[in-house]
Amino acid sequence: MKKVIVLISLGILGFYLIDIFLGIGFGVQHFTAGVKDLYLSNSKDTLKVSNVVTAIVVNFRGFDTLGEVTVLFLASTALGGILYKKRHHVGERSVLFPASRVVMSGAKLLFPSIVLLGAYVFIHGHLSPGGGFQGGTIIATGFLLMLLTYRNYSVSHNRLVYFESLAGILFVSIGLVGYFSKGSFLENVLPVGNMNELFSGGVIGIIYIAVGFKVAAELTGIIYTVLHEKD
Amino acid sequence: MEKYLNILNIAIYGSAVLLMLIGLYGALTKKSLIKIVLGLSILDSGVHLLMIAIGYLKDGTAPIFSPGNEDKMNIMVDPIPQALVLTAIVIGFGVTAVALSLVIRLYRHHNTLRIDEIKKLKW
Repeated sequence: MKKVIVLISLGILGFYLIDIFLGIGFGVQHFTAGVKDLYLSNSKDTLKVSNVVTAIVVNFRGFDTLGEVTVLFLASTALGGILYKKRHHVGERSVLFPASRVVMSGAKLLFPSIVLLGAYVFIHGHLSPGGGFQGGTIIATGFLLMLLTYRNYSVSHNRLVYFESLAGILFVSIGLVGYFSKGSFLENVLPVGNMNELFSGGVIGIIYIAVGFKVAAELTGIIYTVLHEKD
Repeated sequence: MEKYLNILNIAIYGSAVLLMLIGLYGALTKKSLIKIVLGLSILDSGVHLLMIAIGYLKDGTAPIFSPGNEDKMNIMVDPIPQALVLTAIVIGFGVTAVALSLVIRLYRHHNTLRIDEIKKLKW
């Protein structure tokens, strides 16, 4: 009975959603044209950043990103708080089987290159697709591989907290520097350089490196907390 | 009536809406807590697909001024929905992580994941 009601109401919802979006149409210009053109031309001419999505995320809507990073921080803190247990033994994870020798050697071989790829992705966030969040996630997958392979591989929680706080403080202090010297929070204070070079876009590169470190530390902390949860 | 005949529109928007409906269905009818969280996550990806699809422009390129692409500003797709979806993905990840940790906590307390066996959750 419940399933029938759910199916009928979902059918009505789906019909109206499809109807609305088919009315909008696919692939046609339907937003106010000025907004898109303003973002595109501003990021090309005044900011000299080639990846426009990065320019929007970090510069034009940088305050949004600060909030987003805060949400991620709160999520990892809440996870630690919810899963907190007094007795905490490292190396007794009953959920994991011991990995085979092939996996162990392969993981050891792959781990540095995964971290390098992540660092590449967040350093070049303003030139090519990618950025701090994506690079941080890639680095966290490297740590996930190591944690799944080696049963007693442990990440120092203090070091993670240190990295995370330092990156967050860097982000906020760049914003404050912009506020005190240019008059608005997260305003660009550095020279913008030339397009399609590594040193372009002013503070965007630095902010994305900070975001990358922060996301990597947070995700590694989340993975570590969940993996060491045993019963 | 003509708008229902365009196959591409139906395929793109239909798949996004279908993902949302599948996620909602899972979240509403399934009994296992893990499946409910999975349903919410699928609903998330449907919404992301929908937002990206709205920003698409016919024959458009990615909004990146890579070398050789500097003068193609007119055919670039809308970058704003993409930036919003980047934010939404991260928020969705945070929501899923916290929900799963609550599920772990519930399991620890009640020793079951089925909501009809947890007496205090009945509705």
